Amino acid sequence: MAEIIQEEKGKKGGKRRPKKQSTRIDMTPMVDLMCLLITFFMLTTAFSKAKVMVITMPDKENKDDKDKNQPQIAAFRTLNIILSEGDKVYYYIGMADPKKPPLPMLVKTNFSKDGIRKVLLDKNRDLFTKISEYRDKRVTGKIVVSDTTLDSEIKRMKRDDKKGPIVLIKADEKAKYKDIVNIIDEMAICNIASYAIVDINSVEKDMLKNAPK
Amino acid sequence: MPKIKPPVRTPHIDMTPMVDLFSVLLIFLLLTASFRPQEAAVITTPQSVSEKTAPDADLMTIFIAKDGKVYFNIDNGRDTSTHFRSKLLEKIGEQYKIQFTKAEIAKFGTMSSFGLPIKDLKTWLNTKETKEKDKLQTGIPMDSTDNQLAWWVREARLTNVGAEVAIKGDADTDYKLVKKVMDLLQDNKVNKFNLVTNLQKQEVTMKDLPPAAK
Repeated sequence: MAEIIQEEKGKKGGKRRPKKQSTRIDMTPMVDLMCLLITFFMLTTAFSKAKVMVITMPDKENKDDKDKNQPQIAAFRTLNIILSEGDKVYYYIGMADPKKPPLPMLVKTNFSKDGIRKVLLDKNRDLFTKISEYRDKRVTGKIVVSDTTLDSEIKRMKRDDKKGPIVLIKADEKAKYKDIVNIIDEMAICNIASYAIVDINSVEKDMLKNAPK
Repeated sequence: MPKIKPPVRTPHIDMTPMVDLFSVLLIFLLLTASFRPQEAAVITTPQSVSEKTAPDADLMTIFIAKDGKVYFNIDNGRDTSTHFRSKLLEKIGEQYKIQFTKAEIAKFGTMSSFGLPIKDLKTWLNTKETKEKDKLQTGIPMDSTDNQLAWWVREARLTNVGAEVAIKGDADTDYKLVKKVMDLLQDNKVNKFNLVTNLQKQEVTMKDLPPAAK
């Protein structure tokens, strides 16, 4: 607020005094501006580091070892997700073995909250509840653990989980990169313990042809 | 003894030195923040909830643009005296029997991402016009007869053994191209990738659990 001290005109009996003007500008808003600018620059240089999503793939096996070393997993625990063009997500539960008909039905869904996330949360209910409760306890302060302990504890819970789904992610030729990123994101959101990206096989390609559009 | 003291005028603090200090701080921050070098192509990465940041050194990045062009970048290491880029260019030159002059190697050491067949490298390094340079960037070839990306990755890993690999792909690229790159990396015994994404938080709590089926 500029303070201009000025003699009032003509109040002192008509005598004209020389006008005295001393302007003193208050610098406080300028300082506020500078503060804001500096904070802005400090924060934006920190944010310009790109964020990454880390994925670890298993070692590429030779074609001959693949069948021998497959661990036996219960069919009802396997959830196969097939990504196709146009953000379409198909899934089926169990194995698709042409020698043991009937082949499972492909169910069409999408990436919205009510889509594949609902299916994943439903199948992973116990592990998700366990991890959410642990996180909430940490947030509300009932347990005090460091970030690294939190991560290793969650890893341990995922490793010891025996009931969650085993998700096999497959993508057909027309899928886009963002579909894969989205589905791996859903794995992280729903706290899925074990998932793998595998190649689509010919049985599934045929199933896709007959799937609901 | 006056009972009523004259009203005390609030002292006006002169803020000018404070402004000076802030200006100095601001200029310091502006100058020490280094500009990001122009990337070879504009890539919109997909969104993810991941909050981890990429390592800022010892990182090689493979860019995959929407049109399928592949670019490559590697930094000079945490300690820039290791000159990884220059060493890499020399190795590639030996492999493809191209002789690079010291000036060209030095120039390469200061640049960042690039995407062009190796035979065009010499011309690209010597062109001064940016428009001409951009025209030469047609992407690194990945065909099975001449998989140059595989050579770049292999030699980069031999030059800087501890380097991590980041993949910056556009959201709309075909997944099969990204898969090709990942297969190539796995052939080079790289199994851990950093996929560059935009942060978009999603809050999912126990309230979002669907009701249990009876």
